Parts: sequence; C-alpha cells; structure tokens
Amino acid sequence: MADLSKLPDAILTGDSKTAVAVTKAALAENADPMELVTKYMVPAMDEVGRRFECEEYFVPELLLAARAMKGSLDLIRPLLAERGAEPAGRVVIGTVKGDLHDIGKNLVASMLEGGGFEVIDLGTDVAPEKFVQAVKDRNANIVCLSALLTVTMPSMKTTIEALRTAGVRDQVKVMVGGAPVTQQYASDIGADGYGDNANEAVRLARALVAR
Amino acid sequence: MKLLLEQLLVERVTLTDGALGTELQKRGLAAGEPGDLWNLAHPERVEEVTRSYVEAGSRIVLTNTFRSNRVTLARYGLAEKAVDLNRAGAAVAMRAAGDRACVFGSIGPTGKLLITGEVTPEEVVGAFVEQARALAEAGLHGIVIETMGDLEEARLAVAATRRTGLPVAGCMVFDSGKNKDRTLMGATPEQVAEALSEAGADIVGANCGQGIAGYVAICRRLCAATDRPVWIKPNAGLPQLIEGRTVYAGSPEEFARCAPELAQAGARFLGGCCGTNPDHIRALRQALAQNR
Repeated sequence: MADLSKLPDAILTGDSKTAVAVTKAALAENADPMELVTKYMVPAMDEVGRRFECEEYFVPELLLAARAMKGSLDLIRPLLAERGAEPAGRVVIGTVKGDLHDIGKNLVASMLEGGGFEVIDLGTDVAPEKFVQAVKDRNANIVCLSALLTVTMPSMKTTIEALRTAGVRDQVKVMVGGAPVTQQYASDIGADGYGDNANEAVRLARALVAR
Repeated sequence: MKLLLEQLLVERVTLTDGALGTELQKRGLAAGEPGDLWNLAHPERVEEVTRSYVEAGSRIVLTNTFRSNRVTLARYGLAEKAVDLNRAGAAVAMRAAGDRACVFGSIGPTGKLLITGEVTPEEVVGAFVEQARALAEAGLHGIVIETMGDLEEARLAVAATRRTGLPVAGCMVFDSGKNKDRTLMGATPEQVAEALSEAGADIVGANCGQGIAGYVAICRRLCAATDRPVWIKPNAGLPQLIEGRTVYAGSPEEFARCAPELAQAGARFLGGCCGTNPDHIRALRQALAQNR
C-alpha cells in the first residue's frame, strides 16, 4: 500500500524522491489522480505558502517544495490530461526584452507549476512579439512579466501595449514582478496584478483566473 | 594594504560612492546593456562618473566591474573577456581616483543559483578567483563583494577574494520578509554578519534592495553581531514610473536626514546604491560634517 500520508510531508520538506515514490506507488494501485492533487498536494503547497508568509520558510524551502510538487505532478498530469482535466491556468512567462536575469522568473515559474498551472517559459530577453505569439499559439490566459533592471522595466509596458495591439489583451491577465517593480508601477502600466514574491504570485494567479 | 583600511577607519565614517549603472544610463548606456562593457567601449564616460564621485567627496570609489565574472558574462557570450574587463575597469577607476580616493574592486553575484545546481560551487569560486586576481593585479586597495542574495555564494566569494591579500568587504541585499530585514534566501543580519566574518571578510555590510531609512535597524543589527566595521549603501528609495521613465525618488535630503542615524547605528562606510548620484554623496558629507 502506498503511504499517502507521506506525500504532503515530502512536499513540505522538499523531499522530491519520496514525493515521486509515493505518487508512483499510489498510481500503480489505481489511486484517483485528481484526489492525489486536491487532497494531498494542494493542501501541502498551501501550508508551504503559509509558512513562507510567517517567515518560517524562505526561497530555498519554496524552491525545494515546488520541485517535489512538480516531480509528483509530472506523473499525474498525463493521467489528468487523458481525462480532459484542465490545468488551473495556462501561463506564459518570461523576462522582458533587454533583461537577462532569470532567478525571480524561474522561481515564480516553478511555484506556478507547483500550484497546478501549465507554464510556458519563454526565457529571458523576450521581445513583446514573442509574448504575443505564445499567447496566441498556446491559448494562454495569464502572462507573467519579470524585470530586475529599472532600465528594462519599460519593456513591461511595451509588452502590454503589444498584447493590446494584437487584440489579445482581454484574453489574458497580466502579472508583473521583479526587484524594482512596485504595485504603483503595475497600476501605472495597466497590469492586472503585482506580486512581491513567488508565493504571492501563485495566490494572485489563482485569484485572477477565478475572476 | 591592511594599513590603508586602518587609515580610513581613523575617520568616524568613510564616504564611499553612489551608483554607477544609473549614472551611465544618463550618459547613453542602453537598456539591458551591461555597463561593464563600457570599461572598454567608453572608458572616458565611466571615468567621468567616477571622478564626479571623487569630487563629491567619496574617499572610496568602486570599479565598474559588478558583472565582470565569467559566469555572468557567459550570458552575453563574453566569458573570455572577464580579465580584460576587470583590468580596464580597474585602470579607469584608478585614473579617476588619482591620489584623492581609494579604489575598491566591485564583485557582484553570478546571477545563478547554487541551490538548484544551475551553477556549482567550483564554478562560482573559479569565477571570483579569476575576477579578484585581475582586479588585485591592477593595484587596487580593496575588494567589495556586493548585492549578494545568497549567503552561501557570498561566503564563497569572500573566501575566494581573500586570497588576493586585499581587504575584503562582504555585502548582502536585505529586501525580503515582512520587515525587509532578510536576504532573498532568508538570512538575518546576524547570520550574515557572523558567516561573512567567519569567512574572513574585513568589513561586512548591506547594499541595494531598499531606501536608506530601512537600513538603520539593519546596520545596528550587523554591528551588534560582528566586530568588523560595517559598510552600508542604500538605494535612492524605490523606483517609480514618471512620464514613462523609471525614476528613483529618494532624494539627497532624505539621505542627509538618515545619515546621522546610520552613523550612530555604527556604520563606518557610507554611500549609495541604485539611483543615487553625486548629490546624494554631497548630502551625506554635509550631514555627517554637521553632525560631528
């Protein structure tokens, strides 16, 4: 018997090996993949988020938990797709044009994946046209823009304008983040939301797709 | 060279410099273009910025080599330029400083995470040893490891650059947690001060990430946790969008207002990071002189 009680603990402690092993065993015993996600994994990630907010957890713990979560999800996702289950949302993410920094972007991408979103990572120095194309091609409903440099922040605005010009702005919610970015800046450039950290980004993405 | 550090420490607070990146942008550096490349492409403009800090009263100026380690440069396909860029950066800063200021070599993070295995400790150490050696060979007075978000990378950098025999300052960014008193990876000022002192830093400190007001408490905590002198370089507040341009709104007046508090909190080296300019350094100098 798969010991499912170990799954949330494995995610909480970032123990990828155990998370994957328990998931494998459970699936071999025909456990309901959806139930694995909703009953064991999502609550564990919620707890990770809570600990982050209380400053018990920081980036390293978030990263490890998201990795463990992803290890399990990679096994479960094909089964969910067979049943026609949709991901929580489809996210196109990238660091904006002119900016090559990716630590923050990668963090948010792994946390969103851990949160059940399908994530299409376009990498760094992404031109506005590439965001537009990816939104069209992958039928995304969220666009996440990252920038570390104050000089590249204006590329966020250009990208939002490109989405508008291409007629896909209403199809997506735009989230922005990065060290110099603020809520005020997000509002100024017409983004739908701003997250101060990777955990907040997941909460924000959930709230935006629920609207 | 240790002698020099001791000489500087005779002053109660030694003024360092302000931002290079934002000042180079004013002189035409394109968005996303690494400013370090200007050490070779436009050394006269880099020299002009550094000289403006010397004239404003900076006793220590930093080289324009923040990103000149081979791991970071590899993103631009320029890893093999690491030594040249550092040598050029050192030469520019030494020319600007003349005999009026000391020059410390600036070393920033690799931009890759050790914890996810994107980069190995060996690669990090190799890159910093190479950079520090190139800077030291140019005859600089010290090295500053700055804007670090990961204490492990900062420790590796301090240990690697110590091999040059130059005084080394280890500085991290405090911008995380509810009170903005943690590093990206969650380290407290106490943990940073202890770990970097143990790694052999001659100076420990904090830079970037937030405006000057938030650094008073951090400075106090750093000082309480180490016997090393403390180095503080805050940003000019947080950037705002004004008429389509990104502007740092923290004024020189705000710097002047907080300077005495920082001095009282124990800061021995004081300057500015992103968004600060020679006016911020002048404001610090005046405020500290009045406070004496």
